[in-house]
Amino acid sequence: MSDTKDWPLWEVFVRSRRGLSHTHAGSLHAPDAELALRNARDLYTRRGEGVSIWVVPSTSITASSPDEKDPFFEPSADKPYRHPTFYEIPEGVKHL
Amino acid sequence: MTAHATSPTSGTPATPATPAAPPSVAATALALGDDALVLSHRLGEWAGHAPVLEEEVALANIALDLLGQARVLLSLVGDEDELAYLREERAFRNVQLVEQPNGDFAHTIARQLYFSTYQHLLYERLAASDGPLTGLAAKAVKEVAYHRDHAEQWTVRLGDGTPESHDRMQRACDALWRHTGEMFQPINGTADTDSTDGTSGIDVDWPEMEASWTASVTAVLDRATLKVPEGPRTGAWSAGAGRQGLHTEPFGRMLAEMQHLHRSHPGATW
Amino acid sequence: MATAAAHQAAGTPAAHATSDAIGTASGPDSGPDSGTAAYQAAFDTAVAAEERIEPRDWMPDAYRATLVRQIAQHAHSEIIGMQPEANWITRAPSLRRKAILMAKVQDEAGHGLYLYSAAETLGTGRDELLDKLHSGRQKYSSIFNYPTLTWADVGAIGWLVDGAAITNQVPLCRCSYGPYARAMVRICKEESFHQRQGYELLLALSRGTDAQHAMAQDAVDRWWWPSLMMFGPPDDESSHSAQSMEWKIKRHSNDELRQRFVDICVPQAESLGLALPDPDLRWNEERGHHDFGAIDWTEFWEVLKGNGPCNEQRITQRRRAHDEGAWVREAAAAHAAKHSGASGKATA
Repeated sequence: MSDTKDWPLWEVFVRSRRGLSHTHAGSLHAPDAELALRNARDLYTRRGEGVSIWVVPSTSITASSPDEKDPFFEPSADKPYRHPTFYEIPEGVKHL
Repeated sequence: MTAHATSPTSGTPATPATPAAPPSVAATALALGDDALVLSHRLGEWAGHAPVLEEEVALANIALDLLGQARVLLSLVGDEDELAYLREERAFRNVQLVEQPNGDFAHTIARQLYFSTYQHLLYERLAASDGPLTGLAAKAVKEVAYHRDHAEQWTVRLGDGTPESHDRMQRACDALWRHTGEMFQPINGTADTDSTDGTSGIDVDWPEMEASWTASVTAVLDRATLKVPEGPRTGAWSAGAGRQGLHTEPFGRMLAEMQHLHRSHPGATW
Repeated sequence: MATAAAHQAAGTPAAHATSDAIGTASGPDSGPDSGTAAYQAAFDTAVAAEERIEPRDWMPDAYRATLVRQIAQHAHSEIIGMQPEANWITRAPSLRRKAILMAKVQDEAGHGLYLYSAAETLGTGRDELLDKLHSGRQKYSSIFNYPTLTWADVGAIGWLVDGAAITNQVPLCRCSYGPYARAMVRICKEESFHQRQGYELLLALSRGTDAQHAMAQDAVDRWWWPSLMMFGPPDDESSHSAQSMEWKIKRHSNDELRQRFVDICVPQAESLGLALPDPDLRWNEERGHHDFGAIDWTEFWEVLKGNGPCNEQRITQRRRAHDEGAWVREAAAAHAAKHSGASGKATA
């Protein structure tokens, strides 16, 4: 008989406290969104790790491929003018 | 949730320790504490047997919440371990519903639905009142709301799942129905204490609460495409039920297992 | 608690991605040879540089297979490992101990789940892994084929079995495969109470009545040697070790970890007031380690083969729970199929 075959995989994102973003905590199986949320609560916040949870069907996530790593991420590495440290400011100038 | 001055009553029979709360509140704390203790034990029996791993974690969470409640409540009455491990069966005051064996998952869910709905309604009322159990109830009501939700979610899925799950869930709801009436008897319902007005230490309109319970459970069963059971809601034994220390046969075996190690080493600390 | 000891069962076929969900693998691992050498070089460089391999990265088939096998065995150990301790939940002698034990057994279910999730990122579903466990094609740690005969066994498992597991697991937090390493970080953090509660439990018994003390000593006598076996066969007989070390799945040899564990346990036993059942156990000034007696590897291999005191019982209970739960899982799936339009929405 099928086990979790018909229970899809869900990715769980937990906000650990107010003011922080949800971060990926792991995954689990559940038959539907409501139980996925409850299973996530039971599994990933047993020790008070969260104040908010998202669950997303794993199949709904589109991820960048490692093969595309270079075209995706390398072009941004050579634009130092996007970073504040690129600019020289005279000593003693404040609030900049 | 410490001692409140209320009129003394004849107290709780067979309570070995010196009550830390007045006898009336002690009787209520004992009854509610035993409910939580016994149901926690039954849920603990699921460990390693649950239908899916996610549910192992969920059932254990509920069992742990209940055990925590039991420890607070029993500590209002006396020493938690003496109360749990050294009382005889006839001195336990839990309702018979919670001592019913786990059966299949449908029976466990039906038991959870009936009991957690009751417990949620009761703790809501206690949390809103100004009494000795208010503090405890305010914390427990959040836990119990989750237990109730868990039971409702599963009742709906099993009732409105496959033909097999529907039949199992209906059988479970029917089988446990006759243990549901007892929950709405005033808690100090023993012959020696119910003569004194207000001695339960809590102020609850039981008939009103029972009506809420019935409405809520009916709505859930409807959503689950299940029929509300039709049989009687209490046993025909006029001597009473769990709140009077009269239990069902499986309870004695449950206690034998629970107490044997503790009783085998009198006076030992663990 | 569980262990990812070095001894593993017969090889598992390499799992390949079957979906494009997050975490399942893609890449040309079964593609034409032309690009493979470059991918292999990139993989080797990343491992050598202590970078983590992530699910969608290219990885050698054998690396994937080894990980699936090891993570699955680890997950199975958590799940089967619930049984010997759950055996005492209903008899725990105080409510405090009962709460602790329930929480611990629950953690084991949770840890099994984290690990199955990690295995799923390699493209092998939990169904398939459970199927292999139930049919005996994948193993779990042999330690759980020993029975818990008294309450003190709960303490001995916490102190010795969890202690050995932690010794094994801490290095796994730096495993080259990202999802496994992250699961282990979480598990190690959560398990930090498991060993302490076992030690505390034994301490209470050791300092208790004569009967309690005797119960504690008996448990330590029975669990000591099987715990040492948890690190797997001696290095010269461990078939998978060398490759796993090279891939940085494994960081220390079986014998190294075993020695570390013995050295840790000796003073802890003294503080407990309990003896370790090994007449050859003594400090070796020259080596800076404790010498210890010969391990009965015949017993180890026999238990691994299925002839331990509880092999049959453990797998039968696991199968029964799974089979008896089938109608529940089907019901929930059927309900979801009927009401698939009605799912909840997340909002930030």
